[in-house]
Amino acid sequence: MKALTFKQGIHPEYNKELTKDKPLKNAKRPEEVIIPLKQHIGAPLKALVQKGDQIDLGQKIADSDSFVCAPIHASVSGTVKEIRKVTDPGGNIVDAIVIEAAEEDNFNTNLEKHDNLDNLSSDEIKTIIREAGIVGMGGAMFPTHVKVSIPDDKSVDYVILNGAECEPYLTVDHRVMVERPQSIIFGLKALMKAAEVSNGIIGIEENKPEAIESMQDAVKNQENIKVQIVETKYPQGGEKMLIEALLGREVPAGGLPLDVGVVVNNTSTAAAVADAIRDGKPLYERSISITGRGINSPQNLIYRIGTNIGDLVEEAGGLQDNAAKVITGGPMMGQAQKSLDVPAIKGTSGILVLIKDEVEDYEASPCINCAKCIDACPMFLMPTQLVNYQKSDMVEEMEEWQILSCIECGSCSFVCPAKIPLVHYLRLGKAQVMAKRREEN
Amino acid sequence: MNNELIVTSSPHVRSQDSVKKIMWSVVLALLPAVFAAVYFFQGRAISVILTAIVGAVITEYIFQKIRKKKITIKDGSAVVTGLLLALTLPPSIPLWTAFLGSVIAIGLGKQVFGGLGHNPFNPALVGRAFLTASYPVLMTTWTVDGVSTATPLAQMKADGIATDTWRLFVGQIGGSLGETSALALLLGFAYLLYKGYVNWRIPLAMIGTVFLGTFAFGADPIFHVFAGGLMIGALYMATDMVSSPTTKLGRWIFGIGAGILVVVIRLWGGYPEGVMYSILLMNTAVPLINRYTRPRSLGEVR
Repeated sequence: MKALTFKQGIHPEYNKELTKDKPLKNAKRPEEVIIPLKQHIGAPLKALVQKGDQIDLGQKIADSDSFVCAPIHASVSGTVKEIRKVTDPGGNIVDAIVIEAAEEDNFNTNLEKHDNLDNLSSDEIKTIIREAGIVGMGGAMFPTHVKVSIPDDKSVDYVILNGAECEPYLTVDHRVMVERPQSIIFGLKALMKAAEVSNGIIGIEENKPEAIESMQDAVKNQENIKVQIVETKYPQGGEKMLIEALLGREVPAGGLPLDVGVVVNNTSTAAAVADAIRDGKPLYERSISITGRGINSPQNLIYRIGTNIGDLVEEAGGLQDNAAKVITGGPMMGQAQKSLDVPAIKGTSGILVLIKDEVEDYEASPCINCAKCIDACPMFLMPTQLVNYQKSDMVEEMEEWQILSCIECGSCSFVCPAKIPLVHYLRLGKAQVMAKRREEN
Repeated sequence: MNNELIVTSSPHVRSQDSVKKIMWSVVLALLPAVFAAVYFFQGRAISVILTAIVGAVITEYIFQKIRKKKITIKDGSAVVTGLLLALTLPPSIPLWTAFLGSVIAIGLGKQVFGGLGHNPFNPALVGRAFLTASYPVLMTTWTVDGVSTATPLAQMKADGIATDTWRLFVGQIGGSLGETSALALLLGFAYLLYKGYVNWRIPLAMIGTVFLGTFAFGADPIFHVFAGGLMIGALYMATDMVSSPTTKLGRWIFGIGAGILVVVIRLWGGYPEGVMYSILLMNTAVPLINRYTRPRSLGEVR
């Protein structure tokens, strides 16, 4: 099979061998979890429990009447210790429910179990996905039931599962594809039925032969579902890039995959959908890669949402003496943490620890117009030019030159020989353009 | 431990390329041409090259000192300018002239605009243009093996005499130090191409245009491609990152434009050679070219 791909992009070192052969295993059950009330894109949630309440594993503890949101569930049985402000991995200060774990878990949920999708309607599946609190687990945390709710004026013909996992180091989706292919297929069929779509494609990067084989086995007797190999290139897993590679369709600027008839979900999200439908299990745990040369024993774990990342780091053997940077997510788009005292949430797919030698002090020198950023940008923007505009606060020019199309993948900063933090300036520029638009409205 | 964690915005990994690596790779790529220059013009080549490099580096240092900027002479960019300038000079040029040329190249060609990355023109060509205007005789006295001779282009212009193609290709001809051997220049260029430190669109467009243009007007296209400064100009000067376009389409336009100017000057102009002026003229158009060749971004409707 010929590996498909998008145009431009970069080839960072992938470093997947640190964890790719480490089977997923359950992390130690935490003694306390801190569950932020905002783990999705959309409306804020209201806590459904109070300090002192006894709650069960899987119990819904926060929800909202809003359509675009995803409820949150207890990841351990125990007592609500307090509701307080915490800093989440994204650096946002949010309300969080702190639960002190009881001796044992008592699983209790209002979700029913369904072994057969034929007995469920599209709306019923969407309701289950919503009630299970499922969000995009690649990191964006967009509520999944919203994604598969197709507006009347759109017609969709493909559900794509994103198994590219193009972020270096991370091997979460890889392990889930190797270990749980049937769950992924079940989840994909549920998503297809929810979106009333008859075609499914699972896109997997070439550098994951075990995952490709595993998924190809699983789709053998499935009509309408196929596995497609995509080239190992960053950011192959960006949804616009994946759609371009798999279907040759171009998502219009400012638009959604829906506009070209596509819904894209992560493979791990599909597995979570299967868990919700078959086992009545809401999204209270997920898998993560704890990796990098700064960690003593890199591995893939399944952890309860709200586990302190410091505990997960300890479970992977702790930090090496020369550990210098702790990142939640991957090295290209992940966030550097200033403390390990942060709860891991639904979108936390990795903890990457870099050592001193890998964290150079990048001092930017002047741009030499080499255009490497322009040749790398998967969105065909001109990062160096946009940064010049940003430095001069030329908001209209930034808008005209399509800065809002920037997906912040970091390819430009990666290739820049002058070590200019281009994507950082682009973020600033995007904020300026957004502010201007808000002002105009 | 926690207090020591480094926090920066993403991405957290960078490629191994650096400006320094690029510049020194260009120097490395020019070594075959340097060797060829030494082979054909002996010790004279070494002294001219060293003088121009020293002049460029010293000027860079002094300007940065005066402007209270970080001293960046180790990044190799001044060395590249000095070396490129030297390779465009006649072997018999007095050393003080070479020195003056490199002072002008760095001073007027680069530092007055703000240093690396800010110069609109190729600095080495600014230096050469200055010398050509100021010392036309010194700049057009050519020797091979210590004997005065005319360049192939001058012979062609004045007497219509063509030079043997093989001698043109290896460089056993009258001309500037580094421009005579197309072979040596191509070797170095292949290395840069392999490293990804140079773009191929500009030289292909420029040389291709000269080939087609001279052919169309009845001149010998192979002669014109290998004679004079076209090779060194197209491969190493028109491709100067700072002063060439950043878009792919822009690079085609830039190369074709420079190629047309070369043909016009060589066939109908007063000078036998036109590479230097064609590149400098196209340099002025770069901001405009960039502006009008912005690629359509993914999903953009125009």
